[in-house]
Amino acid sequence: MRGAWLNAVVVRTALGLAFLLPMPVVADSVLEDKVQRVAGELRCLVCQNDTIAASQAPLAVDLRNQVRRLLAQGQSEAQVLEYMTQRYGDFVRYRPPLKPSTWPLWFMPVVLLLLAGLGWWRFTRARPTGAQS
Amino acid sequence: MIAELGHLALAVALAASVALALLGLGGGAWQQAAVMRQVSNMVALQMAAVTLAFGALTWAFVATDFSVALVAGYAHSALPMTYRFTAVWGNHEGSMLLWVWVLAGWTSALAWRMRGAHAVQRARVLGVMGLIGIGFLAFLLFTSNPFLRAWPVPADGQGMNPLLQDPGMIWHPPLLYMGYVGLVVAFAYTVAGLLQGRLDAAWARAIRPWTLVAWAFLTVGIALGSFWAYYELGWGGWWFWDPVENASFMPWLVATALLHSAAMADARGSFRLWTALLALLGFALALLGTFIVRSGVLSSVHAFASDPGRGLFILAFLVLVVGGALALYAWRAPAVGAGASFQGWSREGLLFGQTLLLMVAAASVLLGTLYPMLLDALGLGKLSVGPPYFEAVFAPLMLLVMALMVPGPLLAWRRAAWAWPSRGWLGAAALALALASAVAWWVPGASWATWAGLAMAAWVVLGVARHVLQWLSQPLPRAVRWRTLRGAKGGMWLAHLGVAVFAIGVAVVSTWGHEQDLRLRPGEEMAVGDVRLRFDGITMAPGPNYFAIRASLPMLQNGQTLTTLQPERRLYLANGQTMTEVAIDRSLWRDVYVALGESVGNDAFAFRVHHKPLVNWIWLGCLMMALGGLMAAVDRRRVGPAEGTA
Amino acid sequence: MTQGPKRLGPWLALAVFALLSVALALGLKLNPREVPSPLLGKPLPSFTLPALGAASAPVSSQQWRGQWWVLNVWASWCTPCAVEHPVLLQLAQSQRVTLVGLNYKDASPAAQTWLAQRGNPYQTVWVDTQGSVGLDLGVYGVPETYIIDPQGRVRHKHTGAVTPQWVQSTLLPLLETSRG
Repeated sequence: MRGAWLNAVVVRTALGLAFLLPMPVVADSVLEDKVQRVAGELRCLVCQNDTIAASQAPLAVDLRNQVRRLLAQGQSEAQVLEYMTQRYGDFVRYRPPLKPSTWPLWFMPVVLLLLAGLGWWRFTRARPTGAQS
Repeated sequence: MIAELGHLALAVALAASVALALLGLGGGAWQQAAVMRQVSNMVALQMAAVTLAFGALTWAFVATDFSVALVAGYAHSALPMTYRFTAVWGNHEGSMLLWVWVLAGWTSALAWRMRGAHAVQRARVLGVMGLIGIGFLAFLLFTSNPFLRAWPVPADGQGMNPLLQDPGMIWHPPLLYMGYVGLVVAFAYTVAGLLQGRLDAAWARAIRPWTLVAWAFLTVGIALGSFWAYYELGWGGWWFWDPVENASFMPWLVATALLHSAAMADARGSFRLWTALLALLGFALALLGTFIVRSGVLSSVHAFASDPGRGLFILAFLVLVVGGALALYAWRAPAVGAGASFQGWSREGLLFGQTLLLMVAAASVLLGTLYPMLLDALGLGKLSVGPPYFEAVFAPLMLLVMALMVPGPLLAWRRAAWAWPSRGWLGAAALALALASAVAWWVPGASWATWAGLAMAAWVVLGVARHVLQWLSQPLPRAVRWRTLRGAKGGMWLAHLGVAVFAIGVAVVSTWGHEQDLRLRPGEEMAVGDVRLRFDGITMAPGPNYFAIRASLPMLQNGQTLTTLQPERRLYLANGQTMTEVAIDRSLWRDVYVALGESVGNDAFAFRVHHKPLVNWIWLGCLMMALGGLMAAVDRRRVGPAEGTA
Repeated sequence: MTQGPKRLGPWLALAVFALLSVALALGLKLNPREVPSPLLGKPLPSFTLPALGAASAPVSSQQWRGQWWVLNVWASWCTPCAVEHPVLLQLAQSQRVTLVGLNYKDASPAAQTWLAQRGNPYQTVWVDTQGSVGLDLGVYGVPETYIIDPQGRVRHKHTGAVTPQWVQSTLLPLLETSRG
């Protein structure tokens, strides 16, 4: 909690400076679309809940630039996401990776749907007239 | 002095709530008429006291009385008057007071509407409302007192977050709270009914309109939040599946299921137990939402200052109220008994299927929202669950819901003839698929998801059209026609069309919305959709409590200037925060959305320009849904004897 | 739903709710903003950076293999770094462990002045002006502190300012584990 607060203080100070700093803009729109897509999947670690595509925090800008650099070098989107995960952990991915600890997350909706189907089947069988209160 | 009065008023309100709960539930149990009469007085006392408290806090903010700690924390001498009002609920304590005020208001409205009702039921329902009031007032008084004093009195306040200094702040929280609190009514009716051991026709008839009104408010509140985030946050998005957004969306999903289930219970006496469960869960999720937003268990841009101590209080309240209600439900379920039976392929069957799908959706959203916390609690690591997950899970479910929206209203009750789909059905399905395919083939960039969304939207529209045509083919007098159109049936058609409009908006803007980052020097132009924007330069634009630079971008088409977009970057004086104010040219067919970036040297500035086709259909669809709900709520067609009489 | 013997169905909702409540209660004790490092137990990514100071040759991160060492990421523009600095100075003085600094996204003159004013607890200070090494380490804010074991593996990462309590409860016990 303190760490988060302290980081926020640091970010705030830097943001004040960012108001004045120039920001490089890339002209290649195909690359930019890819950058946007990848950046949209990555979490800004110093923000409350934002992607690095949306956030203007210095770390977000840095990571966006790194994503752009890697994509421009020819890496695939999956490789770039893996690169970030190696350094920041699963937390930085907004799409949870599929692994045993996330099986319940990904499969529960399907299970629930099947259970709902079963429930629907069971409760819509013709019954002898039920009691009407 | 006024603050102390407000504080006292809160204590009085708490006492009134305690009395209300005791008299209502106790009087109901002991059937003491005299006791039950006092219930009305207690409701009035609670309303008066909470109004006084709310008035006191409002006065403190409007007069910028910095000796009140809350005012010092969130207001500022330069804060414009409108936002002094909104600052009242722009913080944890004040927004809880707003919640309680809305609760007192709904309790009063309920007391008034039930004045001709059966005394025991009235007393019980109001007693349950009193119980809820106790919880929230105790929370306010003991953990979140808005009237604490600041000593020494600061010379000026810290000011309001610039993101909140916006007209959206006037409407979004109050409308949302109207929705959340409205769900308490169905909850209270259901608990009262369970206590009595019967959930009868009167119960079903009563909860329908109250739920519809609450649902309509919730729909508008959520849509407004989305609309506001869209123009305020500057990145062009309108929904992020943030925990706080989900906290409002889950009760909405359950309320949608509830209003359909209540319609069944009302019309046919079936699914009373399922409707009762939904009524309990609707408010349970609203309470859970309160917990999520204010306890700090989840990280969100929306979250109030988090405090695990407060979180514990809310959790205890949640466990007592919801746990108690669910236990009561389980205990009393056998006594309530089954409703009328029906076959799967019937209107009830499909409506039941719909409510199940909506509950699966709500459960999935809940799972995704809480999963990071669950894993962390089990020591299995930290992860994030964001839009990619929710979209992957939610979209298919919603497509299914939309598919079932069509046959439902067209089938007979209880048991519909199962025949191979008639030429009419097949024709409609084929037409829907054809329309979607035409769009997908003609406009490049469509995905399977786009195609599916457009096909389902077309299917829904065709379904409504068929239902309307069927109705028109019956000979009916004009007066009846008019009554139906502005009543429940017309409301249903409007709401269902709203769903289609919403789906089209989402599909189109997600697929064909486009943005570009570019830098412009004064005089340079860029093309966006069917217009061009020319950068005319930067001017200084000081505001009441901020300093801003403003870009001027005339929008040109065929040489004519249609309008001028003026995005800004603001530096707020009170807390040094910078913010970007986007400029949007709106129309029914597309938004042109421009955000001003930083200076990149040589007079040039960075801009991010978005083209968003049909984005306004998203919120238009929501408005249609809400309006449809209200039309259905005020339809008196089925009201016979005074509400609630046995 | 038929009358008759008690059915389990309606109790299901209560059961699920009970489980949920337990989970929420546990959740209250957690901090959703804390991000654990994926490097824990793994070797520190190796890098070579120039060191702070005039005419210093680039220094490799392999330099300190064979001993425990602490890597502290800091910057002169970072307020909490100033707050934790006395703790680091004391740690350096106690000579219990080697302290190495990573000057993150900073200007060397400013960094040097900052150290001159406050004291220099670091054996060496790497200069990471672009933050590229910080990126490899998973740095997302300053200050951050890593404890690295003699085999070059990251054993602990602390985000935020270090405190004397942290030294006592986390750093020293880790150093002890390697002895005997």
